[in-house]
Amino acid sequence: MAANLKTAPARPYDVARVRADFPILATTVHGHPLAYLDSAASSQRPRAVLQAIEDYETHSHANVHRGVHALSQAATAAFEGARERVRRFINASSVREVIFVRGTTEGINLVAQSYARPSLRPGDEILISALEHHANIVPWQMVCEQTGAVLKVAPINRRGELEFEAYLKLLSPRTRIVGVAHVSNALGTILPVQRIIEAAHAAGAVVVVDGAQAVPHIPVDVQALGADFYAFSGHKLYGPTGIGVLYGREQLLRAMPPWQGGGDMILTVSFEKTTYNELPYRLEAGTPNISGAVGLAAAMDYVEGLGIEAIAAHEHRLLQQATAELLRIPGIELIGTAAAKASVLSFTMKGVHPHDLGTILDSQGVAVRTGHHCAMPVMTFFGVPATARASFGCYNDESDIAALVRGLNKVREVFG
Amino acid sequence: MQLQDLYRDLILDHNRHPRNFGRLGAPARQALGHNPLCGDQLTVFVRLEGEKLADVRFEGSGCAISTASASLMTEAVKGKDRATVGALYDQVHALLTEDGAQPDASLGKLAALSGVREFPARVKCATLCWHTLNAALGEGSATVSTE
Repeated sequence: MAANLKTAPARPYDVARVRADFPILATTVHGHPLAYLDSAASSQRPRAVLQAIEDYETHSHANVHRGVHALSQAATAAFEGARERVRRFINASSVREVIFVRGTTEGINLVAQSYARPSLRPGDEILISALEHHANIVPWQMVCEQTGAVLKVAPINRRGELEFEAYLKLLSPRTRIVGVAHVSNALGTILPVQRIIEAAHAAGAVVVVDGAQAVPHIPVDVQALGADFYAFSGHKLYGPTGIGVLYGREQLLRAMPPWQGGGDMILTVSFEKTTYNELPYRLEAGTPNISGAVGLAAAMDYVEGLGIEAIAAHEHRLLQQATAELLRIPGIELIGTAAAKASVLSFTMKGVHPHDLGTILDSQGVAVRTGHHCAMPVMTFFGVPATARASFGCYNDESDIAALVRGLNKVREVFG
Repeated sequence: MQLQDLYRDLILDHNRHPRNFGRLGAPARQALGHNPLCGDQLTVFVRLEGEKLADVRFEGSGCAISTASASLMTEAVKGKDRATVGALYDQVHALLTEDGAQPDASLGKLAALSGVREFPARVKCATLCWHTLNAALGEGSATVSTE
């Protein structure tokens, strides 16, 4: 899966050096050093990303693909350079397969509206899993309403793993699209995406992967995976908000009608007839988020500099340590105990609502997410209104876990 | 920001042992309140005798602030007439949202909620029950949401 990536450097992972790259980590919150354990919601940005954006805005900004003047060409070079950077990061076969979008949500909606909506017929089926984020549920429900297609849901077990046999049984000749997360945002489960895709392809379905939670933790090679579409967000990968990527196989993208109309996506416009631009521009109407793309490219440089496998190994150590320490605290129940997990520790504490837990942790400088994590069906499945979720990034270390444990003991003290 | 201002003993006690917890059957009015942000959900039941709130109960699940606020609310409004309850609502709302608002003596135990103001993310937890009560007192049954 990692064929396109350099192997992790042999030197030990220097988390202190990594932390120093992230200026925001020096913040104090309510008088405590920040323990940022909410990277699954949005990661922080290293100085290299902030600097790349500032350099671009300071020296190179103009509109792209338009002007003959120097700045426009510099901006175009920066933007298209970022596209090539993304292509390499996910090993797409061509930059024509890299569509810049606002984020994962927009990427999935683009597939739903531009690929699924024109091609689905009443009775066709879209198959998703029971652990999906709302962004991989609602766009399909919308397209079902628009086309008469039917949404099917493959179940998960109590550990939060996909029931693979049940998934296979739900695949049918009517299945046109399979939508699945690579990593669950609420549970941390890593899904066997390659096997899911193989089975879907055997059934003649096209697969859309929600990669938002995967790209920061797993080397992603879209060709090795066999993904037809793969969407992810910049801001969970140490890049800016408002920029994300939809990868699509060129053959599929070429057949898709434009999603939004406007500038940049056309070749010629007259009131009688408009001809559309080539890929990828045909699917990118309007002036794009240029500095966002530049920032995302810098984030990918940064991540590959650390080595994504080295980051993943570091996070895995933290996850194991945090899991062991939390289980020692009375009343803690883990939600999501899959054998294959990345970065996410979702839990509840008996007798304490996650919202109260979040407030008390915040008062101690510990940032965790509390709520339904945009995965209400997952909460319903586990019979909880909400969970608290600690999630790890490349910059977390043992001090963050210690702060979390201290904070949770404070919760017990208050609610004693 | 002081944690002990938010989680006062009275709040914790009403969270652990909510008063007037349960349902009222017809012909009581009821309304469902929902905070989609945190999943809090509660139903408020009111039995009116003329203008008087003869009985008030609530049920549902929520955080300590929303549970305690609902419990304190039912104690405070039971037996009062609509006009008095309306005035109380305004006072509680001011206490929870207006900088420098001081609890009036007439608020009684509800004054324990004054610490919530320092935690803006939690104000909706405390106001949910009051919005729901308002909906129950309105025409017919209703659902309210904090978002």
